[in-house]
Amino acid sequence: MTGSPADGRELGARLREGDLSAAPAVLNLVENRGASSRAQTEALLAAVSPATLGGEAPAHIIGITGPPGVGKSSLLSRLVAAWRARERSVALLAVDPTSRRSGGALLGDRARIEVDPSDRNLFIRSTAAGDRLGGLAPATRAAASALAAAFDVVVIETVGVGQSETEVADVADTVAVVVQPGSGDVLQFLKSGIMEVPDVLVVSKADLGNVAAQALADLRVALRSLGCADTPVLAVSALAPASGIEALMDALDAHRAALDLPARRLQARRRHAIADFVAEHGERGLRALGGRRTAEKWLAHQDSGLDVPALQQALEARQALAESGP
Amino acid sequence: MLHMSEIHPPRLPEPDRPWMMRTYAGHSDAKRSNELYRGNLEKGQTGLSVAFDLPTQTGYDPDHELARGEVGKVGVSIAHEGDMRTLLAGIPLDHMNTSMTINATAAWLLALYIVAAEEQGVPQDKLQGTTQNDILKEYLSRGTYAFPPGPSLRLIADTIAYTVEHVPRWNPINICSYHLQEAGATPVQEIAYSMSNAIAVLDAVRERVPPALMSSVFGRISFFVNAGVRFIEEHAKLRAMSQLWEELGRERYGVEDEKHRRFRYGVQVNSLGLTEAQPENNVYRIALEALAVTLGRSARARAIQLPAWNEALGLPRPWDQQWSLRLQQVLAYETDLLEYPDVFEGSKVMEGLVAELVDGSQAEMQRVAELGGAVRAVAYMKAGLVESHRERWRRIEARELTIVGMNRFITTEPSPLTADADGGILVVDPEVEAEQRHALAHWRAHRDQAAVAAALDDLARAARDDAENIMPATIAAARAGATTGEWAQTLRDVFGEYRAPTGVGEAAAASSEDVSDLRDEVDDISELLGRRLKFLVGKPGLDGHSNGAEQIAVRARDAGMDVVYEGIRLTPAQIANSAAQEGVHVVGLSILSGSHAELIPSVLAALREAGVGDVPVVVGGIIPEADAAALREAGVAAVYTPKDWDLNRMMRDIITLVAERHGASTAAPA
Repeated sequence: MTGSPADGRELGARLREGDLSAAPAVLNLVENRGASSRAQTEALLAAVSPATLGGEAPAHIIGITGPPGVGKSSLLSRLVAAWRARERSVALLAVDPTSRRSGGALLGDRARIEVDPSDRNLFIRSTAAGDRLGGLAPATRAAASALAAAFDVVVIETVGVGQSETEVADVADTVAVVVQPGSGDVLQFLKSGIMEVPDVLVVSKADLGNVAAQALADLRVALRSLGCADTPVLAVSALAPASGIEALMDALDAHRAALDLPARRLQARRRHAIADFVAEHGERGLRALGGRRTAEKWLAHQDSGLDVPALQQALEARQALAESGP
Repeated sequence: MLHMSEIHPPRLPEPDRPWMMRTYAGHSDAKRSNELYRGNLEKGQTGLSVAFDLPTQTGYDPDHELARGEVGKVGVSIAHEGDMRTLLAGIPLDHMNTSMTINATAAWLLALYIVAAEEQGVPQDKLQGTTQNDILKEYLSRGTYAFPPGPSLRLIADTIAYTVEHVPRWNPINICSYHLQEAGATPVQEIAYSMSNAIAVLDAVRERVPPALMSSVFGRISFFVNAGVRFIEEHAKLRAMSQLWEELGRERYGVEDEKHRRFRYGVQVNSLGLTEAQPENNVYRIALEALAVTLGRSARARAIQLPAWNEALGLPRPWDQQWSLRLQQVLAYETDLLEYPDVFEGSKVMEGLVAELVDGSQAEMQRVAELGGAVRAVAYMKAGLVESHRERWRRIEARELTIVGMNRFITTEPSPLTADADGGILVVDPEVEAEQRHALAHWRAHRDQAAVAAALDDLARAARDDAENIMPATIAAARAGATTGEWAQTLRDVFGEYRAPTGVGEAAAASSEDVSDLRDEVDDISELLGRRLKFLVGKPGLDGHSNGAEQIAVRARDAGMDVVYEGIRLTPAQIANSAAQEGVHVVGLSILSGSHAELIPSVLAALREAGVGDVPVVVGGIIPEADAAALREAGVAAVYTPKDWDLNRMMRDIITLVAERHGASTAAPA
């Protein structure tokens, strides 16, 4: 690993051929911050870009988020089993922003997900969050778009409420927020506009009975007042006997079926390109492009098949032109 | 001026009878263990304490994948009623008092015991003994659970309800504070968590027995406690527990019979404090700990079993166990201990200590109650234990806590005790596992298959019907010839399985001065690797003693590593799969059950199979030097044993190891 990094183009080719065993090497590469690995990551993303694939990657990218302790892992354990029963391959990227302390992190999420170790169609990777509070690691974004070329379902699991679902929404086709009955924070965040309305709302621990029913009713009232009465709200229980899992899967599928997927992903890629550009060159760089609005408009005219690094490079070329110009 | 009549007579009219003396024993198969028991009884042991192997404890037959390497290791393998019959052959069960360390499968082993007694012509109402049967502490510490909390509590309640009526001299449950201390509990945590566990159990039983029986139920609950080397405080702890238990009976459960409210406990003294370094010193520790549970008459143990001096080295031999039994006999028969009333009565120091512990425990019990009781508070209690253990270890490393021969006074002569050819420990014959597998196949081939199938069907039906007591169907299955694995699998199918919280995620971070140098080193190597050093801590096999693995995981996290820790009971394939998918740089394995010789090579093979055979593997556990050499030969990069108590040094080794494998030295990262 301190030697030469994996060949990004080759990994991309393996993913294009549906070789799921490439997944660990893909993650090792995109998580690597070394300069040569970053170059190979760019090669990888180019190799699975819509331009190369001849369209958007086929996977359904799903974000599942919610406050700590709501039972996301137990729910995912059930969902993963149900997807596998429908013979869909699954990549699960578990991001735990609360775990990063003192530089290190304890990653225990995969323990709660029952796995058959011989199942080659299921990949689970745990990641501590990036340095930003509540933020998705940039590597997770890259990993999700790369793995989407090979897996049927790519799930990004994050912890948090208020901000994280917005971050996940920038990567996922469908965002589900999990709410625990009896805790009002999600309801308050929704009402106050701190939190964007997710694509699917899930009330966990439906076995709690009345409390769960009340939570369901409260959320529906809130959604109606926000003009989002169509947003599905489902109750699930991950305890045996589990309930609501099939209905949740159907709701996720229905959301994706109704979605203009290319438009959503294209928009996300352009936002990411600007975000990455700003992270690299700061507001000064953005000013050289004529401000955020202008940059966005300019990107809207670029090739819709370009991946994020390619778009960022295009912005950089434009910046260089502006700065060297008269 | 004092008159003689105002002073208690300084002696008892008659010396007390000694407590019951046991040795926690059992290994290999039923026949070999039976011989061991008969030998122990001849030496003056007055009760039996059966140690079962991990497959028996967790409900797997000897031929199950998870049983590999574990059969007959930490105890005897009991797969069916025939094994139980052999185990107890020649031991009159109407006179014997048998304690069984059995939890998830307690209902099953009790049923086997009842059927074996039946065959001796002893009716169940004559039986005396104890099933440990405390599942909450298995979630918190020992790890031999099988089913989720709800069904587990039902099984406990069912055995209690059944025995109170049909096996009235049986102690159906031993609420264990013992393992909480082994997991790092402070005295207050030990008292509060075990009392909270008892409340959870009693509340569950209250739902399942007629109110008139609750007084007898309360009277049948006994405790299994620990005693550490701080023996004055430990004695105070037992007095505090007596007081709290008495109050609990009176106030919460309305127990009017004074006898039923009495705090009864058995004890095994501390293993946590026994050292591998200068192991002969453990004899003194054990003796002082025995004083903690015998010194004061009003809180004296009913039954005692003492560990052997060499527990941190491996499995004790019969001679080692005899040495510990002799200590009990010297204490009971040579000293004047049993001739006096309570020697602490009226002691202001003791009263003060007790009051302090009672107050602290009540506050902590209140916190558990506020979280919804012990079942709902498992994660909270577990995190508390991991945290206390971390603090204890920090104090040892900082030498604030002295462990003689380990972190102070370490200059030593070579020990003649460990110089023997066998290294001073018992080695279980590796053929036992194959023998047990064959014996099981033979058993299955010669039983009435239809009767077994019918009995298991009926067991499943009883399990699904929450209103029914599980014991009659369990006894019927035992009689029909079902196996331990079949009984447990039938219930797993109905109840589901469970993974307990690991408690490590919630543990507080170390103060930075303890690990700041390490953090710099981890940052340097991470920079070199391009991503953060990632370390998988794995516990292969059935061994549930996770305290060591948890402390390693927490320290590695504090040192700045990304740590993947999935808890106990993983197959080699699961560990290898996680290592490959998670892209870890190094794997650490912890095994304390003695199954390392079988399991570690299996993990190495599985890693190769998963394409990550080049990831270095380090191993920690109770591993004799001869085995350690063999493991290094097989490709293990380093082997750690209890004498490697400096965790920071271990972390440094791991960093160096990864650096070497990636072609760099940490001294000069290039």
